[in-house]
Amino acid sequence: MAAPPLPSFATDQSPPRFRSRRGGVGSVGDRLYGGWITASALVIPALLLLVAIVIAGSSWPALQTLGTRLLTDTVWDVPHARFGLLPALLGTLASSLLALTLATPLAFGAAIFVSELAPPRLRRPVALLIDGLAAIPSVVYGLWGLVVLVPWLRRDVIPFVRETLALGDVPLFAGPAYGPSLLAAALVLAIMILPFITAVAREVLQAVPRSQREAALALGATRWEMIRDAVLPNARTGLVGAMILGLGRALGETMAVTMVIGNAHVLPTSLFQPAYTIASLLANQFAEASGPLHVSALMAAAGVLLAVTIVVNGFARWLVRRTEQQR
Amino acid sequence: MDRQLPVGERATLLARRRRSAIMTSLVWCASAVCLLPLVLITAHLLIGGARVLGPRFFTALPAPPGVAGGGVANGIAGTLLLLVIAAAIGLPIGLGAGLYLAERTRTRLAEAVRFLADVLSGLPSIVIGIFVWELIVRPSGQFSALAGGVALGVLMIPLITRATEAMVQLVPNALREAALALGYSRARTSLTIVLRTALPGIVTASLLAIARVAGETAPLLFTAFGTPYWSLRLDAPVAALPLQIFNYATSPYDDWRAQAWGGALVLIVLVFALSWLARRVTDRRRERLSSVVAGGAGE
Amino acid sequence: MWWLGVPVSDVMPHEPAVTARPTPAVLARVDATPEDGRSAAPSLRFDRLTATYGERVAVRDVSLECAPGRVTAIIGPSGCGKSSLLRCVNRLHESVADARVAGAVHLDDQDVYAPDVDAVDIRRRIGFVSQRPTPFPMMSIRDNVVAGLRIGSRRLDARALDACVERTLRRVGLWEEVARRLDDDPAALSGGQQQRLCLARALAPEPRLLLLDEPTASLDPLSTQRVEELVYTLRGEVTVLIVTHNLQQAARVSDTTAFMLDGQLVEAARTRTLFTTPADPRTEAYITGRFG
Repeated sequence: MAAPPLPSFATDQSPPRFRSRRGGVGSVGDRLYGGWITASALVIPALLLLVAIVIAGSSWPALQTLGTRLLTDTVWDVPHARFGLLPALLGTLASSLLALTLATPLAFGAAIFVSELAPPRLRRPVALLIDGLAAIPSVVYGLWGLVVLVPWLRRDVIPFVRETLALGDVPLFAGPAYGPSLLAAALVLAIMILPFITAVAREVLQAVPRSQREAALALGATRWEMIRDAVLPNARTGLVGAMILGLGRALGETMAVTMVIGNAHVLPTSLFQPAYTIASLLANQFAEASGPLHVSALMAAAGVLLAVTIVVNGFARWLVRRTEQQR
Repeated sequence: MDRQLPVGERATLLARRRRSAIMTSLVWCASAVCLLPLVLITAHLLIGGARVLGPRFFTALPAPPGVAGGGVANGIAGTLLLLVIAAAIGLPIGLGAGLYLAERTRTRLAEAVRFLADVLSGLPSIVIGIFVWELIVRPSGQFSALAGGVALGVLMIPLITRATEAMVQLVPNALREAALALGYSRARTSLTIVLRTALPGIVTASLLAIARVAGETAPLLFTAFGTPYWSLRLDAPVAALPLQIFNYATSPYDDWRAQAWGGALVLIVLVFALSWLARRVTDRRRERLSSVVAGGAGE
Repeated sequence: MWWLGVPVSDVMPHEPAVTARPTPAVLARVDATPEDGRSAAPSLRFDRLTATYGERVAVRDVSLECAPGRVTAIIGPSGCGKSSLLRCVNRLHESVADARVAGAVHLDDQDVYAPDVDAVDIRRRIGFVSQRPTPFPMMSIRDNVVAGLRIGSRRLDARALDACVERTLRRVGLWEEVARRLDDDPAALSGGQQQRLCLARALAPEPRLLLLDEPTASLDPLSTQRVEELVYTLRGEVTVLIVTHNLQQAARVSDTTAFMLDGQLVEAARTRTLFTTPADPRTEAYITGRFG
């Protein structure tokens, strides 16, 4: 071969590296890489552990001093060191459950629309628009709620119910009402969790095999009957999971609720009265907490919220996972 | 064909059809109602925001109530700073954890981390803010941009982890095999071949995660805290758009409340711009990968 | 004995290449004629190889000799373990989590599974092409060809790289088709072209042992023919182990054929012998199409 002596790439010219290793990580690069990904993976459980430790540790003084009164007292009086979480806790649950009740039928309707009834050309735009609701930041919802929703409640809805419908004496609609209220919070929360429930419900519905639908139609079912008898029963567990996921989101929501709920330590017995949630309590008071007991009580409140959220979310995830396994 | 049915059955069929029509229209209504808030909020945003927006809004600092010409310049800059810090924390950890989950997928640590990442993503963001407060703000004695960025970074981690795992798992194993067969070390295979192939999807998810945390207010309440002044220092309070919107909106002053709409519009535009950018990246690159996976663009 | 290549300019023709420490010199092979002093193709010997994925036994006690510079085909029905056997040669088998190996695979006289042997190093010296085309998606065609060369910290001469790209692409018959678009995305190529690109990528480091796992399975007849012609031109220089589902291909291309069934080696013989007068009735049943 008279070819000019270009360096040949035929196999490595360096001597073979005899390193003792057994098919695993050997070189420095491999070790660094493995170290990086393992350390990163470990950050997640470490973070959770740290959060638990920090919250539990900081709330200990309040737990020691107040004991169960923390959860059962209805009065939150900082100067007198009375920290009762009951109104806020109940307010959290009430607003979230009410929001869930309002959002679920609409969300399921939208999900059924997108996955079953919509003409193909409408399907994607509608889905995208509903998903767009999820992208709006919480504080913008709060702003809209404060400036648009609350005045509307004050001017139109509350007088309508109390005077026109003459329901002013019903406990549910009683109490001092000037706009910011449990109802306002529930409405805003409902709008905020709507896209999440819809998205999960949509996936669950679309996972029902087409053969089920076709079998029902072939037997002469109307459109609605097919949905009711063939699709929904199959998706039941997943739909419940979607609802609970929505609930989980509502429980942790802070900004929008703080801006429209009125922030009053009152047991949530009336829809029109201002109320409180734990998240709003934290948002309002934490930055100006006076004294270590106050801070500790707020930490305990955060701990309660944390516990409730983890339980609810975990349950929801388990449900959704069960649907997937059943398929 | 209906006319051939006996009368009783025909009536039932009509009733069933009517019920179906009613339910169908109810479903249509439900969907319309779902879209209603979006329409309303968008309308208010545009109207309210337009009233306040102007070049000065982007370049001026917040003005006291009653004084004209206030802006959100420091808020925009502060938000960007916080996002950079958050990304600096969230991306390396999220990428690493996601790669771990995708590659060492059946180990016990991987199962645990997968579950715990879900738990982490469900924590209320205000609790994360309180956590970072205890960890950074209290020992250092001051609110800081660093603390705010850390809080947002912690929020980002589970999002990026899950997205990275999903994208890396999509990379066909044959590609990994081909790289190993050429004599690439495992680290090199993962970084130069697998990660590079999964990158468009990861970039999209990262941008979406950044868009998500850009709108977060609660974790910033006790970490970044906000300030009416211009500050980009890591160790001092920093302004952020969501915080400004919150302060303006809950204030009793009309001109401040009007400015809240302007801030909200800017924030929404930022969030949607990031989301749009994210989707642009995916759409273009996904075609390439799918054509390779399918085995050629046709003979 | 470990086989090493050395640069063209350093060695006189026909002189055995002297390796660096610690291995002894490579002996010249009987059949292969080293034209330019590069080391000859190695012999490949499976010595009671058993390979498992967790509970599942993929390769069961296989002993097989592949002559240097010759093409050996492995045939058998789906799931018989032929692909696993192939992957044991360059230790790709162990990239799966639960994989275990017993026995030995000898390249010349060096057991690939010896405890002090670096799997990454082995893989660099062996070329491998899998069933479906797998060009690296984020690299250009040119970068794909030289992907196996940029390993190691040595700076590579740009001119030499370009020459290598052209030389290798010509070998696989792809040069005419892609010469003008070397910087393009390989996704734009057809399946047959992508597979030939993968072949080029495997050949660029000029390996002396080539492993082909059903390389033409997803190709059209014309591309298949080109690949088979390429394999034919490699004889003498390269030891080729090719797994194939296509009996005619095995008959066309290989010198020796081995038939596997359920992880075991049933029979191995010179190709013509195996196809005309197989010794084992199972071989005959498979070849005549009674199963698989």
